[in-house]
Amino acid sequence: MGTPYPGTSWERGKLCNASDSWLEEEAIYMIKEAGIKHSFHWDLFHLFGKRTLKIINNLGAATIFFALAFMRIFRPKQFREIVQQVFYIGAKSSNIVMLIGLFTGMVLGLQLYYTLTKVGSEGFLGSVVALSLIRELGPVLTAIMITARAGSSMTAEIGILRISEQIDALYTMRIDPLHYLVSPRIAASIISFPLLTAFFDLIGILGGYLTGVVLLGLNKGSYFYRIHAYVEMADIRGGFIKSLVFAALVSTICCYQGYFTHLRTDSYGSKSVSLSTTSAVVLSCIMILIADYVVTSFLM
Amino acid sequence: METPLIEFRDVSKSFDGNTVLDGVNLNIYENEITTIIGKSGTGKSVLLKHIIGLLSPDGGCISFRGKPVNEMSKKQLDECRMQVSYMFQNNALFDSMTIFENVAFPIRQTTNLKKMEIEKKVMLRLEQMELADVVYKYPSELSGGMQKRVALARALVTDPAIVLFDEPTTGQDPIRKNAILSMIAHYRKLFGFTAVLVSHDIPDVFFVSDRILLLWEGKIAFHGTYEELSRFKHPIIDEFLESIESLRNELTGALSKEIFKYRYALTPDDIKEDYLK
Repeated sequence: MGTPYPGTSWERGKLCNASDSWLEEEAIYMIKEAGIKHSFHWDLFHLFGKRTLKIINNLGAATIFFALAFMRIFRPKQFREIVQQVFYIGAKSSNIVMLIGLFTGMVLGLQLYYTLTKVGSEGFLGSVVALSLIRELGPVLTAIMITARAGSSMTAEIGILRISEQIDALYTMRIDPLHYLVSPRIAASIISFPLLTAFFDLIGILGGYLTGVVLLGLNKGSYFYRIHAYVEMADIRGGFIKSLVFAALVSTICCYQGYFTHLRTDSYGSKSVSLSTTSAVVLSCIMILIADYVVTSFLM
Repeated sequence: METPLIEFRDVSKSFDGNTVLDGVNLNIYENEITTIIGKSGTGKSVLLKHIIGLLSPDGGCISFRGKPVNEMSKKQLDECRMQVSYMFQNNALFDSMTIFENVAFPIRQTTNLKKMEIEKKVMLRLEQMELADVVYKYPSELSGGMQKRVALARALVTDPAIVLFDEPTTGQDPIRKNAILSMIAHYRKLFGFTAVLVSHDIPDVFFVSDRILLLWEGKIAFHGTYEELSRFKHPIIDEFLESIESLRNELTGALSKEIFKYRYALTPDDIKEDYLK
């Protein structure tokens, strides 16, 4: 039996597929060995087990994918690529992120002003808006916006490179596709997410100021004084930790989905790229919210 | 006995239960042009992809200079791959890069040459391929034939010792087709590289080939020189060569225009009119 070429499975994107079929074959063999007869309950259990194994397999593969790509960030000839990706992921997303930040801050200012007025605490508007943005809304909404704008394009671009054999062409030229395609995107996301989160927070606080102070007549000094008094360094640090975690998650999920587009069993060609893009965006959003809860529970 | 550069021993490969390579045995020798012929879909490209390592065999063994590839370390394998260049059937050009960037890309990424040296080398290859006036265009702006030549320029720009050509002449006009084949032969004479071609351009491709392999139903049905092929009496060879000849006669190489019209006339009246003239 021939073994795969050493150390090249990842570059050629074959490892995941091999593991899937192996698990399936193992399961079928074990069923036959145990002499289990087919029934509705057994089929249900089989389906559940198959899905669970697939999820665990994918989780493991994605983790290895991230680790390998992350290690390649520090190799030579990466600087130019990373700067280029920071431009695409960070600079080009800044307008949309700031626009969303402004309106999020404005609506928060509006909602919280009337809520706080009911308990006679409208003076706390600045601190409540700032804490909501810095701790939760800033990192989460920024990550979701970047996923929609840059994450989807990452998946689509890498997916098209895969189905048109351009990734294979890289391999034949002895250019490591993980090094050339994935690592710069992960590095650029790790740089861009916290920066854009900071922009989002600042513009959001200004949005809250516009509605609370300029439109509704709250005291200007009180708004900024409360922010200064109640926002601590730990809040800001927590927000940045979250944005770093989201950056790693979003970039890994989006690149992984694109890189393994050809292994999809539900469709082929351009359809598989579109499905991978959809999966990447949906999965990223879900993972952002799950990770948000997990990180928050650790930070509290 | 000469050690083959690349050796396949009982190599088999299946995709979803469909056997494409079924115990393939072949030798590719240094400084020779080896051509793989066979019907479409018989696994010629699959065979070529096994040589470069894009696919790994389900069974059997591939050796490079007598050493099995699956026993090599990553470093040894990398040294082997350094000598090989591959030209894809569908070109696999980077569609977001210009023609110049496409050809320069492998040198930029894998060497430490200076910008001027890279430019000189790339322009030389592009001029040889008659592509000097499209260097700043994108692949989508070129015709299929021109894209093929860009892919060829990219495959040769690194001066490889072994070049794998997957249908290099498909989509080319007869003049350029001959130019590409003679260029392969010329460069082989000049630099002494080893070429493995997958081609349907029979008999043209035979003129430049030192060795011919016929892939038939997953196995190597014939392995030898052109002279041996022409003497070799085997139903499979006859069927393969005759199918190409009969296709040519059937469609384009008809004995006369009248026979063609007779064969493909829309109505009997059309034939009468033609003959009355």
